[in-house]
Amino acid sequence: MARELWKGNEALAEAAIRAGVDAFFGYPITPQTELLEYMARRMPELGRTFLQAESEIGAINMVYGAACTGARAMTSSSSPGISLMQEGLSYIAGSEVPCVVVDIMRGGPGLGNIQPGQADYFQLTRSAGHGDFHALVLAPATVQEAVDLMSISFDLAFQYRTIVIVAGDGALGQMMEPVTLPPMQPPVTTRPAWALTGVDGRTPNIITSLYLEADDLARVNLRLQAKLQAIAAAEQRWECYQTDDAELLVVAFGTVARIARSAVRAMRATGIRVGLFRPISLWPYPAAALEQLVGQVKGVLVAEMNAGQMVEDVRAIVQGRVPVRFLGRTGGVIPLPDEITDELVHIARVNGNR
Amino acid sequence: MTTMVLERETSPAAWEIVYQRPAALTDLPTHYCPGCSHGAIHRMVAEVIDELGIRERTIGVAPVGCAVFAYKYFNLDSCEAAHGRAPAMATGIKRVLPDRIVFTYQGDGDLASIGGNEILHTALRGEHITVIFVNNAVYGMTGGQMAPTTLSGMKTTSSPTGRNPLTQGYPIHIPELLAPMPGVAYAVRRSMHAVAEVRKVKKAIRLAFQAQIQGLGFSIVEILGACPTNWHVAPSDALDYIRDRMIPEYPVGDFKVDERLGD
Repeated sequence: MARELWKGNEALAEAAIRAGVDAFFGYPITPQTELLEYMARRMPELGRTFLQAESEIGAINMVYGAACTGARAMTSSSSPGISLMQEGLSYIAGSEVPCVVVDIMRGGPGLGNIQPGQADYFQLTRSAGHGDFHALVLAPATVQEAVDLMSISFDLAFQYRTIVIVAGDGALGQMMEPVTLPPMQPPVTTRPAWALTGVDGRTPNIITSLYLEADDLARVNLRLQAKLQAIAAAEQRWECYQTDDAELLVVAFGTVARIARSAVRAMRATGIRVGLFRPISLWPYPAAALEQLVGQVKGVLVAEMNAGQMVEDVRAIVQGRVPVRFLGRTGGVIPLPDEITDELVHIARVNGNR
Repeated sequence: MTTMVLERETSPAAWEIVYQRPAALTDLPTHYCPGCSHGAIHRMVAEVIDELGIRERTIGVAPVGCAVFAYKYFNLDSCEAAHGRAPAMATGIKRVLPDRIVFTYQGDGDLASIGGNEILHTALRGEHITVIFVNNAVYGMTGGQMAPTTLSGMKTTSSPTGRNPLTQGYPIHIPELLAPMPGVAYAVRRSMHAVAEVRKVKKAIRLAFQAQIQGLGFSIVEILGACPTNWHVAPSDALDYIRDRMIPEYPVGDFKVDERLGD
């Protein structure tokens, strides 16, 4: 396999195509627009469906419709667009149809800006819409990992009949890196038994998220929750870097984790044993793996491009056993390795004085 | 002759069936109020689907509103859209299954208010779908609030002194709005207020599906329906209300009929 230089957004698009995406519906928004543009060119070449919707609301509901037919359907957007898609995502979750969504996060709240951000963490992991549900959220740190995660996202979505969100940030979407793309998967021609295809020779398939009777909806929700628990048990993903002998731990995801990696190396050069824990699945959070590390370290630093979101998950796992310090940068400001090492030095000094 | 008649009366197998439930309808009783037009419109949609022989390849998209359970009443593959989003959902279905017949069934709050953007752009794109649009001038399911289709001066629970167009806007005319769009093959308005008109409704529904089958573009039938419950009138008076109040604002007629459309 040749290594080629690819822009993050375009690599995500090509990876989705190679994973067999049948239909893409999207709406332009910086910093993900190149993904849409790439799809606009490539999907028709392959005889597949590309449609630029009238809005993100239109796009996600087109995804919903296409997904109801058992097609591999996806959309991509950035933070404000994901807010508009929340209605559709909730219906998709309630109806249990599979789809894939890419969120190339930018600064918020509001129109914010088009710089990289991680402030959609709550939005994506807690519940990407009203009602009780979680999407499976995967957060790549490199363009290669974005390709790799996109390659498995449709299989995961169909395996669990769930929403898979690939969550990057503006830096990942815009940067170019060498990647190895997977081979083109043959198109999936069979449709699942639940799909809407016309009743030809069978009883009707109905796809709905409406259950008026309390007992009915409660039963559906229990089933949904059982499914989410199965996902939570089976789909935790993470990476540990230099954690075997670590006394201090940095927890970071996506772009920030790459910067934290540099900080870990710099700290190790000064003799302080620091490791990096990088969640790849943001939901389900890789709690068991982090839990294992908490016992061996004296302090934890959480670094994010937001005002403190994932840190809540980390604190819930650490439960006060060791200090958890937070370094947050917002508005598109990307933390520098030095800022992370400064925080680590501070934690090391406090620990030393204790 | 007398003998033959007796045989017909005593041998059910030989009886001529003159009326029965269409195959495209389930045998569930509907939840609609007495005098509501939805039941009859459902039946006509189902009859047309049967007559065109397309039941096995038709996919329905139900709205939010009184017809929210349309998917239970149509004996078809169907799904339930978010409020107003049925045209977008139908777009997604039709784009990946272009050889299927896809229709939405929507009320006026759903289609003309919250779903205004979706219906506008679906028509602009000339999506090959059929829209059955029932206009009864109010939000029925939520208890009779003002809709974009509410008549000027009409009292509703959210326009208790009557809709004042100067502050609450004017009634919206959907087929007239969509008809000039090049992608629209069929855009008409019909009414449920009299038997002769009901027959025209069915003919229009048939032509709307025919337009899709022929691949001519987007098709929509607006049907003026009765809502005795929220109009606070008797069912028979509700039909007069359509004739005397609705039709002056919403004239029945053809606003776009593709010349290639053949019955």
